[in-house]
Amino acid sequence: MAVRKTRVPMPEQGSAERIGNFNEVPLGYTAEMAQEEAGRCLQCKNPPCIEGCPVAVQIPQFIAAIKEGDFRRAIRTIKETNNLPAVCGRVCPQEEQCEVRCVLRKKGEPIAIGRLERFAADWEAAEGLAEIEKTGPDKARKVAVIGSGPAGLTVAGDLAKKGYRVTVFEALHAAGGVLVYGIPEFRLPKAIVEREVDYVRKLGAEVLTNVVVGYTLTIDDLKEQGYDAIFLGTGAGLPRFMGIPGENLNGVYSANEFLTRTNLMKSYLFPEYDTPIKCGRRVAVVGGGNVAMDAVRCALRLGAEEAYIVYRRSDEEMPARREEIEHAKEEGVRFRLLTNPKRILGDEKGWVSGMECLQMELGEPDASGRRRPVPIEGSEFVLEVDTVVMALGTRPNPVLPRQIQGLELRSWGGIIADEETGRTSAPGIWAGGDSVTGSATVILAMGAGKKAAADMDRYLRGK
Amino acid sequence: MYEIIEKRTLNPTIKLFVVKAPLVARRAEPGQFVMVRIHEKGERIPLTIADYNPGAGTVTIVVQEVGKTTALLGAMEPGDSLPDFLGPLGVPAELPTGGRVMCVGGGVGVAPVYPKAKAMFERGVEVISVIGARTAELLILEEEMRAVSRKLYVTTDDGSKGHHGFVTDIVDRLLREEGSYDEVIAVGPLVMMQAVARVTKPHGVKTWVSLNPIMVDGTGMCGACRVTVGGKTRFCCVDGPMFDGHEVDFEEAIRRARMYQEEETLAREQCRCGGEGYGG
Ligand SMILES: Cc1cc2nc3c(=O)[nH]c(=O)nc-3n(C[C@H](O)[C@H](O)[C@H](O)COP(=O)(O)OP(=O)(O)OC[C@H]3O[C@@H](n4cnc5c(N)ncnc54)[C@H](O)[C@@H]3O)c2cc1C
Ligand code: SF4
Ligand code: FES
Repeated sequence: MAVRKTRVPMPEQGSAERIGNFNEVPLGYTAEMAQEEAGRCLQCKNPPCIEGCPVAVQIPQFIAAIKEGDFRRAIRTIKETNNLPAVCGRVCPQEEQCEVRCVLRKKGEPIAIGRLERFAADWEAAEGLAEIEKTGPDKARKVAVIGSGPAGLTVAGDLAKKGYRVTVFEALHAAGGVLVYGIPEFRLPKAIVEREVDYVRKLGAEVLTNVVVGYTLTIDDLKEQGYDAIFLGTGAGLPRFMGIPGENLNGVYSANEFLTRTNLMKSYLFPEYDTPIKCGRRVAVVGGGNVAMDAVRCALRLGAEEAYIVYRRSDEEMPARREEIEHAKEEGVRFRLLTNPKRILGDEKGWVSGMECLQMELGEPDASGRRRPVPIEGSEFVLEVDTVVMALGTRPNPVLPRQIQGLELRSWGGIIADEETGRTSAPGIWAGGDSVTGSATVILAMGAGKKAAADMDRYLRGK
Repeated sequence: MYEIIEKRTLNPTIKLFVVKAPLVARRAEPGQFVMVRIHEKGERIPLTIADYNPGAGTVTIVVQEVGKTTALLGAMEPGDSLPDFLGPLGVPAELPTGGRVMCVGGGVGVAPVYPKAKAMFERGVEVISVIGARTAELLILEEEMRAVSRKLYVTTDDGSKGHHGFVTDIVDRLLREEGSYDEVIAVGPLVMMQAVARVTKPHGVKTWVSLNPIMVDGTGMCGACRVTVGGKTRFCCVDGPMFDGHEVDFEEAIRRARMYQEEETLAREQCRCGGEGYGG
């Protein structure tokens, strides 16, 4: 068989059908498709793809195993360095990590590394083969992990494997962080997140929900209870608003609220589930990142007839993954680029009736290197919408960090932690993930968790 | 799981529950609240902590049946368990340790007023209380309030008990006739708190109100609970729930509280005739 230049396409739910449901959009490779795609890999001697992976998955090795049909070896290879392959295979920005570096990109399309990773993880789950392997004897030392997002789950998994007594404290009623409350079902089925959390439990970690550290328990309580090392994986969950008039009108949401109602509380199944959501017929989502794409695609599935992305820069600067932008376009989302809201208009009952926007043009580059959008005078126009979702980015919640003596923070609230070890300025406390970097990615949070877990192990052994 | 230890019916639609939640009880302070979910498909609702006993590891909540969730909760019995009970959340009330304070409670709002009155009374504050309800049989916690108040005034809208009229009538009279209150603490329906704040304003008495907006997480993550206080947007769950009543934008709060009225009605109807029978 001639080696193809393009990747084996991934079967997907058609766009007309999928906006009527919350099921996953890409359907996954079959074994044949995976093996064909794996067959394209050149098995480079110095594989550049690995360098792009924040947790250094042995990419050519696992791909070779898939090609040979040894799927078990494939998943074991991935899991040596990546605890959450079913999640990463779906939501990692491979196009700017491993795949962008793939040598095949020079002549055609790079290997679909993410799709193959997903295939291996799903195969394992379907076969029910997930193995619990401990790498160290049981130890007496106790470790507290605060927050159950990808950073916290990674620390918990790695240290539980080594035999430590790990407890994860999670504020919400379900574990998984953004994976359960933010990323929608159609991109990351919640059953997969549950499986990963179960796996961490099976490794011996205890996961306690409904505990918000700083309120239910303090850091001092944890120290008194004998936790020798504490990891802060509290994420960046504090939503931002624009500060424009009309933002508190009925029908204006933060993306966090809109997504939490939809994903964590399953309001798309209201009234079977008790949490309602008011998603109107004409919805504007303000922002151009992944969060904005998720929110706008949820809006369509919740029945919006017109759904807009309102973004102040141009297409090129949109920080969302290309794949998500393409999916949104296929589904009929309208993009109002170089557009910035000025105020939100309300009707006599205090509900959103429109959003006044300004047209923008790109000026000189700003501190981020992107060309700065500047308003065009007199270009005001009204976008007729009844629901507005603000997806402007989030910051770390300051409540807990402020309570910890000696913990140094950045001006915007991020926790200062050593990049290689995750150590903070407070003794016995590590941090990683969005709580340190601000909103970033699942894999970076996992990578930070891995490094912190390794350093916590060193510290505890030396104690 | 958080077990219901005790249940009392305070009036036909208001029930009191004592719930086993040792971690919450250990750190609870007056003014704080919990987020509760009553079954696996349930919504998260905020409920004020009405009392707590760290020794017994229990927290008391008082629930008025206004929607599906509160109706289902109201039907639960001792021995039943709540899957989720998160707290204590919010900023504890900064209660004075001396002087004279007026505590005003309307309807189910008497329940959140009670722990504050009790804490102040125990610290030697002269507590004067005014509690009201639509009619006598709806009045709750009268004896409890009397026990922690130097003097207790009762009002009913229909005159079936105590003063015939609103709590604000008494608040106004006390401020005019007795003067010299250090603070007023008012909890009840938004319109009542708004009216109390209006009455106290000319007297220049610091007036605290406790807001109870729609919440989702209760930890500062979603902004559903935003309220405007002194012209600034605040998140009630982490910045409140107690705010300066003279600074609160009540019109906005009242409007936002109605956001899900239609859905609440729908859910409630479905729950009456649907016969799914969650919980107790
Ligand atoms: C809508 C959305 C879409 C995204 N899409 C992608 C994507 O496609 N690909 C990608 O790589 N990344 C994506 N991201 C980013 C990614 O999800 C985050 O970078 C990642 O989840 C960060 O992990 P974390 O463990 O640091 O924190 P989080 O996942 O935020 O988890 C933090 C957890 O800590 C809990 N917590 C906070 N404070 C306390 C406390 N005091 N006590 C107890 N618990 C506490 C929180 O409840 C939360 O569960 C997306 C983010 C969002 C919001
Ligand atoms: S760079 Fe591409 S071709 Fe080379 S090993 Fe990695 S995936 Fe295979
Ligand atoms: S309830 Fe979500 S921020 Fe207050």
